[in-house]
Amino acid sequence: MVAAMRSPRADERRSAFDALVSAYWKPVFKYVRLKWHAPPEDAADLTQGFFLQAFEKDFFAGFDPARARFRTYLRTCLDGFVANARKADARLKRGGGVTLIAIDVDEAERELAYQAGNLVHDFDAYFHREWLRSLFAGAAERLRAACQARGRAVRFAVFEQYDLAADDRDRPTYAELARRLDLSSTDVTNELAAARREFRRLVLEALREQCATDEEFEAEARALSG
Amino acid sequence: MISEPALDRLSAMFQGPDVSGTRYTLISVLGRGGMGVVYLARDTVLDREVALKIVERPHDEANEARILARLEHPGIVPVHDFGELPDGRLFYAMKRVRGDRLDRWTASGRELTERLHVFLRVCDAVAFAHAQGVIHRDLKPENVMIGEFGEVLVLDWGVAQEMQNAKGRLQIAGTPAYMAPEQARGDAAVDHRADIFSLGAMLEAIAGTAPVLAIARKARADDPAARYQDVPALSADVGRFLAGRAVEAHRERLVDRLARFYRRYRLPILLVLTYLIARVLLLWLARV
Repeated sequence: MVAAMRSPRADERRSAFDALVSAYWKPVFKYVRLKWHAPPEDAADLTQGFFLQAFEKDFFAGFDPARARFRTYLRTCLDGFVANARKADARLKRGGGVTLIAIDVDEAERELAYQAGNLVHDFDAYFHREWLRSLFAGAAERLRAACQARGRAVRFAVFEQYDLAADDRDRPTYAELARRLDLSSTDVTNELAAARREFRRLVLEALREQCATDEEFEAEARALSG
Repeated sequence: MISEPALDRLSAMFQGPDVSGTRYTLISVLGRGGMGVVYLARDTVLDREVALKIVERPHDEANEARILARLEHPGIVPVHDFGELPDGRLFYAMKRVRGDRLDRWTASGRELTERLHVFLRVCDAVAFAHAQGVIHRDLKPENVMIGEFGEVLVLDWGVAQEMQNAKGRLQIAGTPAYMAPEQARGDAAVDHRADIFSLGAMLEAIAGTAPVLAIARKARADDPAARYQDVPALSADVGRFLAGRAVEAHRERLVDRLARFYRRYRLPILLVLTYLIARVLLLWLARV
């Protein structure tokens, strides 16, 4: 994705940029909301403006995977952008009124409300966790689509109810899941194992798309493995 | 939305590998590199320790195992088993090599001749791989083990590539200090001479004398065409040095040539000199 953003072909650059925005808009929006104490509308404008300027001015062309993680680089660019925008206080320059990317402010705000009780002390860790949430959410969506396309909706249902359960207290047992979905316990185990395998593959595939080099991918995959 | 507990649950899927249902139990991490993590594991069926490599790649996962299975050579670590873990990661079990890594072994103060003999055995394994159409692409002292019985094994074929697939691929893999310039640039035309560059860099690290350094420099020339064109040619030059003969890569001064000639034929030269001195002494004694 990052490598494709340096492509001489405008269509390839644009499609890589869209993929990048889809992976990062939510972490960027939430980060601006919390770190920079921006109200929702301002945060949406700043997020739009940041990606707009990044695309027009080729912010990410200077990224060197040997020196830093892309996330860290993006966050540094973002901090610089917001600081400058705050100084200039020129709403239009920040992207106000220009719609480049689809930002679902309501959805992001719902997520922020859900996390409202958690105080953020380390914004680096916060940005990483939000990026991870976005990465997993994207892979879960891809898994849902793939399961439906293959007529294996039950596989995603097992994964969704067991691994994506919002609260540990709501998490069903294998036996409860089997009853709910009219499956045997063995089927639940098998479907869950297959769904997890596929989910892991999709996450790694998305991660690979986000990395400029094999080395960067290896480092990111290792970081994911703790 | 992915809730906090779900995020923790999903993250846990990417922590240690899930070996449940396999014949292996994990003991500790032996090392990381070459596209995966190598664990010390116990094969519970045969009750022996193995090196279990877990590969975390979305594509071309079977590459190393497939290549290794083809390379049956005493200098290349053998693969016992290959398969998929319940979590989708791939694993393969290799012989667990006990011994020392070449970099540590060299640092423990070995004679140049001993170091060069080990180097020649590395060259044998690499030449065999090349003859099978495989390039290692990450040769370095850390990837060579000297076993308990003196065996020399080349490890970590994780970024190895079949030569017919090498052309046209721009993937950059390897370790910078030992990586050929064309490989570092991601050139399409990387061939077996990239390994010759890496062998040259390894030789330079263990060299110690001018002729060996000259061999190393030729092997690691920037231009692949200026290097030895195959590993046997490189081995032959090192072999010539060990036999006390002139090496192709080094133009000697007269004094160096005489010194080498003396070292090579020291005994006959000393015998002839002793004989001549004795003759002169006898002649002189006969006159007085």
